[in-house]
Amino acid sequence: MLYREAGQYKSSYASDMAVFPLKEDRIGIAVILAIALVAVPFLGSDFFIASVMIPFLIFSLAAIGLNILTGYTGLISLGTAAFMGVGAYSCYKLTTLFPGVNIIVLILLSGLFSAGIGVLFGLPSLRIKGFYLAVATLAAQFFLQWAFVRVPWLFNYNASGAIEVPQRTLFDIPLTGAAATPETRYFVCLGLVVVLTWFASNIVHGKLGRSWMAVRDMDIAAELMGIKLLNAKLMAFAVSSYFCGVAGAMMIFLWYGGGEAADVFSIRLSFNILFMVIIGGLGSLIGSFFGAAFLSILPTALKFGLPALGIPIQGAAAEHVTFMLVGALIITFLIVEPHGLARLWQIGKQKLRTWPFPY
Amino acid sequence: MSDIATRPAPSLLASPLVKFGLIVAAIVVALAIGVRLDTSNTLYAIFVDPFQQMVQAPDLLVQTVWEGLVSGVLYALIALGFVLIFKASGVFNFAQGIMVVFAALTLVGLYEKGVPAFLAVIITLGVMFALAVTIERVVLRPLVNQPDIILFMATFGITYFLIGFGEALFGGNPKQMIAEQLYLPKGAVDLQILGGLVSLQKIDIAAALIASLMIAALAAFFQYTRIGRALRAVADSHKAALSVGISLNQIWVIVWFTAGIVALITGIMWGARSDVSFALEIVALKALPVLILGGFTSIPGAIVGGLIIGIGEKLGEFYWGPLVGGGIESWLAYFIALGFLLFRPQGLFGDKIIERI
Amino acid sequence: MNAEPINVTGTLIRAKGEVLLSVENISLRFGGVKAITDVSFDIRKGEIRAIIGPNGAGKTSMLNCINGFYQPQEGQIVFKGERRAKMRPHRAAAGGIARTFQNVALFKGMSTLDNIMTGRTLKMKKGFFWQALRHGPAMQEEIAHRRVVEDIIDFLQIEHIRKLPVGKLPYGLQKRVELGRALAMEPELLLLDEPMAGMNLEEKEDMCRFILDVNNQFGTTIALIEHDMGVVMDLSDRVVVLEYGRKIADGTPDEVKANQKVIDAYLGVAH
Repeated sequence: MLYREAGQYKSSYASDMAVFPLKEDRIGIAVILAIALVAVPFLGSDFFIASVMIPFLIFSLAAIGLNILTGYTGLISLGTAAFMGVGAYSCYKLTTLFPGVNIIVLILLSGLFSAGIGVLFGLPSLRIKGFYLAVATLAAQFFLQWAFVRVPWLFNYNASGAIEVPQRTLFDIPLTGAAATPETRYFVCLGLVVVLTWFASNIVHGKLGRSWMAVRDMDIAAELMGIKLLNAKLMAFAVSSYFCGVAGAMMIFLWYGGGEAADVFSIRLSFNILFMVIIGGLGSLIGSFFGAAFLSILPTALKFGLPALGIPIQGAAAEHVTFMLVGALIITFLIVEPHGLARLWQIGKQKLRTWPFPY
Repeated sequence: MSDIATRPAPSLLASPLVKFGLIVAAIVVALAIGVRLDTSNTLYAIFVDPFQQMVQAPDLLVQTVWEGLVSGVLYALIALGFVLIFKASGVFNFAQGIMVVFAALTLVGLYEKGVPAFLAVIITLGVMFALAVTIERVVLRPLVNQPDIILFMATFGITYFLIGFGEALFGGNPKQMIAEQLYLPKGAVDLQILGGLVSLQKIDIAAALIASLMIAALAAFFQYTRIGRALRAVADSHKAALSVGISLNQIWVIVWFTAGIVALITGIMWGARSDVSFALEIVALKALPVLILGGFTSIPGAIVGGLIIGIGEKLGEFYWGPLVGGGIESWLAYFIALGFLLFRPQGLFGDKIIERI
Repeated sequence: MNAEPINVTGTLIRAKGEVLLSVENISLRFGGVKAITDVSFDIRKGEIRAIIGPNGAGKTSMLNCINGFYQPQEGQIVFKGERRAKMRPHRAAAGGIARTFQNVALFKGMSTLDNIMTGRTLKMKKGFFWQALRHGPAMQEEIAHRRVVEDIIDFLQIEHIRKLPVGKLPYGLQKRVELGRALAMEPELLLLDEPMAGMNLEEKEDMCRFILDVNNQFGTTIALIEHDMGVVMDLSDRVVVLEYGRKIADGTPDEVKANQKVIDAYLGVAH
């Protein structure tokens, strides 16, 4: 009764082509945004906002980035973290060189550098496919991580090798640095993620998105349809790395607030984001959010949730359990539902549509 | 150009995106090198000086090559595990690296719990067999006929599970390999050659010997036994093998178990050189460029590829590494493979790929 | 070969224009295997041209050469008066050559609509930033092309599967969607590789009708590979016969039918 398409007639192609063609879906999105905008900052504790919501948003953005490459275009990348790192270091250099420019603008710009590097490491994708490409992206991961440590110019010749996030303000409200409140940082993250997700959704529903999926599903046929493989693949690398780069810049500037960035952007992070994409659903934007929510909240939940239930568990053991759980979950998901949480969500909606009389 | 019909390699420079990428690359490279050196010395330092050093101190060169050779053998062993599984089940087993760590950890962990060394080896083999059966039952069988990429990702799941499991059982601290208890030699042999002293670790010599023996044994197993023939049949075509009555499930268990044995031997050798820890997992990723060089289905390819990568990265690190601040060992292997891949996408021993539609 | 084709059945009379595409002395080798040896023929504007021959005769390889997927070692292809030794697939597509495949090569993860929309890729010009906004000009363009695609969907009578992922459709419908995708490119030359393979009689009749309609209504030139001799003889204006990578006959269906070499190739020769 609650969720019906009956009676909602489409009288124009534009309304049929909308991302959320159903009224109920649009209401749902509005409610989620309202919760994110009002309920979370006013009801959530600082700990909840800083340790759950901000990481969730940032991981979602990175997962969307990787999903564009792996889910939509079918190119495996194990170098996500490195591309995120490029964004972070670019942002650091930019804000050092242009301290007067607003940090949000710089975060968005830093993604462009990441896109450039992404294109560069995407070049081999023309000649090599599948697992072979995974190795090319591993080259990016290890080379860039090495560069983050060995090129002192990147971290302004700091003795510690760490990024020190300076205080940057907008209308005298500190956005970054120690003085920025979790709420402010959360709002910046939310704004960036919402806007960029909207762009991503537009792109994957348009010509470029179709070209990517065509390349993923049958590259030879795509080529004979007039799609230039090189351009489509490099665009995927560029857009994907842009999202990852912005996520990386946000990670350092709005979440960590500095630190040894080279350690943060390690291959473990690359894997984690890949898992978010797999568990969430390859080729689904909403799945990226599900996956990020699942994997960024799971460790925190285990760490603080199990003791609350009376199961004694130390930090190290919780970590081991997390690893085992993540591994088991990946296998389970691949067996039960290779399309991830996103597909479960769709099936749920379908059930709701025909409820309570499924036949 | 060969006379083989090939698809045209589109002109890379045609795309504006490529140009953008190349410009960014040029800037990055220029910065990376320019920070360390002024340009007048750069060419000399890259193209002349390293070779002069090689000629002037041949003993150092031999020492470096030897060390590369030994790490190459170990890369080759990991790659061998990959190849075995890939040939028989078409699965790109990302978990091979962690299987090495897991096997070594089990062995050392059992010994620490008071099990005699050789009994520990046998029990570890049992554990690897159980692992093979479990993987076949829990992961491979339900995923049969899924696309390769899904199976590839499933092995990520295995990797993470084994990391958590291994750490939970044996703890995350580095451990000492029980080399002495297994009668592996210690110490070094010093050779007087080329006017210098070259020092060869006995354990390295043993590693090279054992690796060669194992490869010979595997080759014989594949060539002369009934199971070996079945394995080759499965590698060629799953469906055809099924149709002549070969049990895929049985073959998969055997292959994963064989890969487990290879993993254990690799773990022992590697552990004896450094120690047993999860850091090995990152090193094990180097088997990937080795596979690219050698091709995913070729055992000789894995060996030759391993040696090229091992020697290449040691030479690169020793002679060219200091130019950019050292530590290039962490990524050089991938770049060697990548450069190679651009010219021979099918690997050293692979056949030319003809795309059909 | 130069003889003007005569339409024997008398029912379908199409204007036969100048040569649209001619294949000149094409040879293609894979290593030591000769797939095509010194084959020449032409395709005239507006006709339906069949390429037939036993399995392994090099028919599909011939199509692959024509749309640039394979590079022949020798010979040239002249398309619309433009002579070329090398061709890239997307260039061929831009030049107006579309094609379907022997084993359906649809984009399995996408809906019917999206599959056919990919055929419009080359005609869509709005840049990346407009696409990212998906409003204004980009949306108008999207809608304009959606209209064309809906016309094709109407034409092929596949309205009911518009939004279904093609991977789950029955084979006959997949073939139809694939034809739709090729038609969306508004090609001048349409290459059909066994459009009726694996279909039942009814589906074959439907497909024949679509092919004839495409040829009549849009004036599209069609080159097709087909094993069903009845279909070939009824549909095509001219037939070229390949065997072991060589051309053994070329002419109207009746000429070809009477050719001794063709009979030998299909029925075997008494030694």
